[in-house]
Amino acid sequence: MDNSPSAAGDATVIRVDGLAKQYRVFDKREGLAASIRGLFHRESRVVDALRGVDLTVQRGEFVALLGPNGAGKTTFLKLLSGIITPSAGTATVLGHVPWERADAFRRRFALVMGQRNQLWWDLPAAESFRLHREIYRIEPARFTRTRDELVELLDVGGLVNRPVRELSLGERMKLELVAALLHEPEVLFLDEPTIGLDVVAQHTIHRFLRHVRTERHVTVVLTTHYMKDVAALCERLVVITRGSILYDGSLEGIVDRFTSHKIVTLDLDETPDRGRIERFGFPCEIRGPRVTLRIDRDRIADVLPGLLRDEPVRDISVEDVPLEEIVAGLFRGASAAPESGA
Amino acid sequence: MSETAARPFAGLRAWWTMLSICIEERLAYRGDFILGTAMRFLPIVTQVFLWTAVFGATARGDIAGYSRDDIVAYYLLTMVARAFSSMPGLAGGIARSVRDGSIKKYLVQPVDYVGYLLAARIAHKLVYYLVAALPFAAIFFVCRGFFPPLPDATTVAAFVLSLVLSFLLGFFMEATLGMLGFWFLEVSSVIFAYMLVQYLLSGHMFPIDMLTGIPTGIPGVSLADLVRWLPFEYTAYFPAAVWLGKVRGWALVRALAIEAGWVVAMALCCRLAWRRGTRRYSAFGG
Repeated sequence: MDNSPSAAGDATVIRVDGLAKQYRVFDKREGLAASIRGLFHRESRVVDALRGVDLTVQRGEFVALLGPNGAGKTTFLKLLSGIITPSAGTATVLGHVPWERADAFRRRFALVMGQRNQLWWDLPAAESFRLHREIYRIEPARFTRTRDELVELLDVGGLVNRPVRELSLGERMKLELVAALLHEPEVLFLDEPTIGLDVVAQHTIHRFLRHVRTERHVTVVLTTHYMKDVAALCERLVVITRGSILYDGSLEGIVDRFTSHKIVTLDLDETPDRGRIERFGFPCEIRGPRVTLRIDRDRIADVLPGLLRDEPVRDISVEDVPLEEIVAGLFRGASAAPESGA
Repeated sequence: MSETAARPFAGLRAWWTMLSICIEERLAYRGDFILGTAMRFLPIVTQVFLWTAVFGATARGDIAGYSRDDIVAYYLLTMVARAFSSMPGLAGGIARSVRDGSIKKYLVQPVDYVGYLLAARIAHKLVYYLVAALPFAAIFFVCRGFFPPLPDATTVAAFVLSLVLSFLLGFFMEATLGMLGFWFLEVSSVIFAYMLVQYLLSGHMFPIDMLTGIPTGIPGVSLADLVRWLPFEYTAYFPAAVWLGKVRGWALVRALAIEAGWVVAMALCCRLAWRRGTRRYSAFGG
């Protein structure tokens, strides 16, 4: 059926080596005089959106690209889907160089970017689906089966015959996902799929993407700001800041790598004395008899027995630092320098 | 690939589906469309009055070989030609999709953007003819006295061919223009300049014969000669001239061949602009 280079056998779907992208941006100074000068001479500078990124993704992986605005996530996704060409480095997706934009490649992946992407604004989504059947050359029986299944999973059966412009943000996003998956792509790129959606819609999309991944074995790379997306979907987390990969590994791994302590929450009989409690660890918060302590991970086994013995502890919980906090810390560290455009 | 072999006309089918969907989309705005079409008929009426007034004011029976009846017939025929060759919103739409990024879709999906634009434009025209056929027929009926007797079948066939070619020529010229959007953020002034040149040199404003003898500064070359070397006349003047029997025999065959040559040349320009433009787009951002 398929005789493209990376057909069956090879488990590596995405291979990226030293991928870099520079943009030339024109600076516009304030004021009329500067604007007039700009007519004759425009000052430009080069912005590094991506600085030599390496990444390998295996078939069936679900990878989240996490980073602050302007970190280079979207640039990376645009490179992988062939919209833009890199300044340096190489990449192959399903054995193809994406920016060569071969039809054989374009039939095997999908990109969902923003809300007004693939669907025709003034027509019912069913019409856009019909067009996809033709441009992706989907066999009619297969098309019907896939469409019905996707529509049912997202519970959008009642929406496919209404003009897209009349739908809500969440409804449109769901239909975008259906459109993107009709041709059963092997790789799916999602650019902030849950941005601006309510909790219920986010939840539905999470459930849907999990299904796509486990039942259809689609390799998914998504960009997001939301830890919620990451926690719900991905085992693998790639943190990008200022065009470089800061972390690439498991969700749990990031906790080990970037934090050296645990958060211990105590419910005591009475409001404790700060000096006394400081012996055990750094008190982040003392609110009445409830105390939150930061304790070095290495010391926790030594500290806890003494704590339980000396203090009137009613209840105790030991937790990792919340992921949001770790990631926010990473972003803050990175955004000390000026952001680069993406 | 085997999937292609299984469905030999897949490309054509896709294009056909695209066409039908574009027609549906046009029909979604039929109210606006009908009103817009009606408004476009207004200038026709005023032009007929204008030329009647011009001929009323001059003692001469003809201007550059055109009698009053000729000129009204000519004008109405250029309206037919322009119903084929004018491309409202095409160039601006391409430039806008570059600016707002919606062009990305055509880089990611296995579709040909120029092919899509052509389908969309044919859909646009078909719906327009559907709406405009009746008012056009009415105007021609009312003005039938201005026309010479119906030409022979060969002339009618040549006229139809010249219209089809003028559609393609107008399409590829404006599509190429729109792709300047890859280089310039704003192309509306370029489009405006193009419209102006087009209006003057296509024969839309007055028959090109009227430019004969107007010097250009180049020795021995009149403005009419210059216009003959440009493609614009094929979008308005030429089809009208064919119907009125001004171009006949071998001259007609030659002119149609030149028009076809312009279509091919502009189609190639359009392809080149798309290739270069997308390469630039990919290199500079997106």
